[in-house]
Amino acid sequence: MTQKMAITLDVNGTGHEIRVEPRKTLCDALRADCGLTGTNVGCEHGVCGACTVLMDGVPVRSCLMFAVQAQGKALRTVEGLSTGGKLHALQQAFTDNHALQCGFCTSGFLMLAAGTLEQQPDIDDESLREVLSSNLCRCTGYQNILRAVRQVRDAGKAGAR
Amino acid sequence: MSAHGPSSLKHGERHNGDANPRRKFVGQRVTRLEDPPLVTGRGTYVGNLNFPHQLHMRVVRSTYANAIIRSIDTSAALAHPGCRGVWTGADVADIPPITFRPTSIQGLEPYRQFILARDRVRYVGEPIAVVFADDPYVAEDIADLVTMDGEALPVILSADTPPGEFAPGLSTEALVLRKNFGDIESALKNAFKVVEVDVQVGRHSGVPMENRGALARIDHSRDVLECYGQGKRPHAHRDAVATLIGRSPASMHFYEGHIGGGFGVRGEIYPEDVLTCLAAQRFDRPVKWVEDRRENLLACNHSREQRHVVRGAFDEQGRLLGIDAKLWHDQGAYVRTHGARVPDMAMGTLIGAYHVPSYRTVGYVRMTNKTPAATYRSPGRFESTYACERLMDAAAEQFGLSRIEIRRRNLIPKESYPYARAMEILDHAVELDSGDFAGLLDKTLVDIGWEKLLADVAARRAKGELVGVGMGFFMEKGGLGPVDGAKVTVDTRGKVQVITGASSIGQGVETVMAQIAADALGVEYRDVKVIHGRTDVLEYGIGSHASRATVMTGGATRMAALNVRRKALEFASRHLVEAPVEMLDIVDGQVVRIDRPGEPGIPIGKVAAALAPSPATVEFGNPGLTAEGWFETAGMTHPYGIHTALVKVDPDTGETKVERFHVAYDIGCAINPMLVEGQIVGGVAQGLGGALFEEFFYDERGEPLSVTLADYLMPTASEMPPVDVLLTEDAPSPNNALGMKGAGEAGITGVGAAIAAAIDDAIGIPNAITRLPVTPQRLKALLKRHAAASK
Repeated sequence: MTQKMAITLDVNGTGHEIRVEPRKTLCDALRADCGLTGTNVGCEHGVCGACTVLMDGVPVRSCLMFAVQAQGKALRTVEGLSTGGKLHALQQAFTDNHALQCGFCTSGFLMLAAGTLEQQPDIDDESLREVLSSNLCRCTGYQNILRAVRQVRDAGKAGAR
Repeated sequence: MSAHGPSSLKHGERHNGDANPRRKFVGQRVTRLEDPPLVTGRGTYVGNLNFPHQLHMRVVRSTYANAIIRSIDTSAALAHPGCRGVWTGADVADIPPITFRPTSIQGLEPYRQFILARDRVRYVGEPIAVVFADDPYVAEDIADLVTMDGEALPVILSADTPPGEFAPGLSTEALVLRKNFGDIESALKNAFKVVEVDVQVGRHSGVPMENRGALARIDHSRDVLECYGQGKRPHAHRDAVATLIGRSPASMHFYEGHIGGGFGVRGEIYPEDVLTCLAAQRFDRPVKWVEDRRENLLACNHSREQRHVVRGAFDEQGRLLGIDAKLWHDQGAYVRTHGARVPDMAMGTLIGAYHVPSYRTVGYVRMTNKTPAATYRSPGRFESTYACERLMDAAAEQFGLSRIEIRRRNLIPKESYPYARAMEILDHAVELDSGDFAGLLDKTLVDIGWEKLLADVAARRAKGELVGVGMGFFMEKGGLGPVDGAKVTVDTRGKVQVITGASSIGQGVETVMAQIAADALGVEYRDVKVIHGRTDVLEYGIGSHASRATVMTGGATRMAALNVRRKALEFASRHLVEAPVEMLDIVDGQVVRIDRPGEPGIPIGKVAAALAPSPATVEFGNPGLTAEGWFETAGMTHPYGIHTALVKVDPDTGETKVERFHVAYDIGCAINPMLVEGQIVGGVAQGLGGALFEEFFYDERGEPLSVTLADYLMPTASEMPPVDVLLTEDAPSPNNALGMKGAGEAGITGVGAAIAAAIDDAIGIPNAITRLPVTPQRLKALLKRHAAASK
């Protein structure tokens, strides 16, 4: 358990060669070993969704996986959302719609929304609410988060990163 | 119900104030300055910060709810090769118990908590030891090796059962608080009717998304102990922790960075905060502590658990002659930072928005074997508003009046403001500064479309649906003084820095201060950088709590910005432009002549450069385009509002679905309506949690049952109804130039009251709801009992 293993994590297109114990969670490896602290950890038991990242395009809870399980997968975190200094449409929409307050859940919501809109660009309002209800926010009351994601969906920009 | 934008707000000059009542940014829905790092994953939450060679601290917690400590075995932990240290109570015997804030309330000292338990533990989760390691996983391994042998004692789990023994010779009834004015005995004797309710609020709390944490180190170049991750009241906490660990306050500084939600709970002085700082000092290494969610639910302060018995004496017309109220406050295992603030506020605010000629209240503050309780957003008021509004609903029923009419007859009339009450809250005399509650009620009914709503509800009920409407009226308080300061500096590029003692806990304090400073000074708000939550750049600061930052720190920021503006104009008039100061203004960051519009001005950065130290600038006064400002106020502000809920009950499952929620709120002056609405909608979500879902349960042995987010149920996007906000500015506060009153708690205060009333209405049983949260299990049981009783 405590014998470290050498693995490579592919995060936002960059390979991170790290040595981790097999018991180390993916979120801890991203934060401590890859230096990517944008992924926040809220509960470590898979309920709050603050640590959501994309693995091969699918939103996953990075606290419920071991880092060693993510080898060979394409990971995406909030740090990879904006490109060339330009905010991703979701990042801009969250700002414009006041969809964050303390910001702790924001990375998770952004990645959940990004993954969802890439897979289902035409997702209807009710299904979108259902998907977004898998993450917790304690500040906003969700109204502005839903509005921001709907706005991006409607603008059809989600896939055009 | 319709959403209201800023178009319904009328801004204008209405205060004596200054000659510069510019409102280019104040009142606008500008986007937040806080957002760029937070949407790009660059937050500086304490868990993201590290120092080289740091130790990780892990807390070992009691598994007993009440026990005498026979022994704590640390031998296995010490034998672990990764162990860098283990402390138990004996190792920190020189550290006094955690202090509470200054208060006139006496007698709480024996109920304070030591940073590590000594001979007794009194709740599951109480810190009994800490271990240190180079790696957080290893620290967790080592913590598991520490064991405690205890002699279990009987547990006390409720505040309204007879008190027991806290310690030998010391009752679990820590305090009996009293407040009263007027002649309540005559009121009760002369009453046409005395209406009584007996209601309870369950134990729940803020539960921010970020768990608590701290990172401390000593910077030997300055001999300063730095602590990162402290929110809410950095200056007060710095002073308190420094005293506890034996440092002078000036040799210790707090830095908050980003805080993942405050809500009142991220501002207690916790044992872990003190332990982290003490460890950095003793090990002379950086020490990091970040708790996990289970610890957060066990050890971060709980709140709200109170029982209220309220009797209202009414005359024949349903007008209040007096209120006689008792409350039992479950304080949990210890009294920490906030002393008796919560029951004090509950008692002081219970009579709310109503004219009550006589009032008598007694509060029994009792210790139990649960997590220590303290403040959570709208402390005392969520509970007292619920209790008072339950009384008003019961009175409406008994008098055969509508729930609105009974309130109309009792609201404090507009002409009576300022309205004094002969009692104190938190050692401050009560004077409600301004208000027009009946006016807000009228606007609310129009905004909601009240008659149509009632007709729709009646039609649906005729078809068998259990739908209902309920309201909660509330009187808030904010802007608690007395004084706050700020410092504003313009640099040579014309960028403005505002240094405040406020704390940013997600509410948008940077943006709001920038808006206020930008208008006062005459610059673009995006050119204003707001510093907060640091004790090293400003000597004093009040932090952010009790809806006070916008009023107090905003007032100070405005004063400081006006002082900088005056300095810039006076210096420019004397040295840079040939014009009297009255002919100058600052517009869009340029000093311009009022009488020559269109003529190029002097950028304020150039004025700042000209003010660099020189014989001329020393002669002028003092160098630098910088000034401090102090704001003082005699009294609190009292914003007020009305919550209205439309709910539907499913009799088969007991589920309450909230279909719509409306908040009407008079804020005095909204600096940024978008942020105010954000505060309100977020507050509603938390209020719905406390009214319908969230509760910390314990079994009969005092074992906590709500220790994961799968047990402690917070609302998700699926549970949230559409929330409409009607923001009005009809009663600006006379206590500050902009009329501000505060926004932090408006969304939550009346939710419990409105939901309880709406459920009563939906199930057609008056005063059925006597306990929050109204979980499906409780509501189903209630319906079953009622059906059995009416057979």
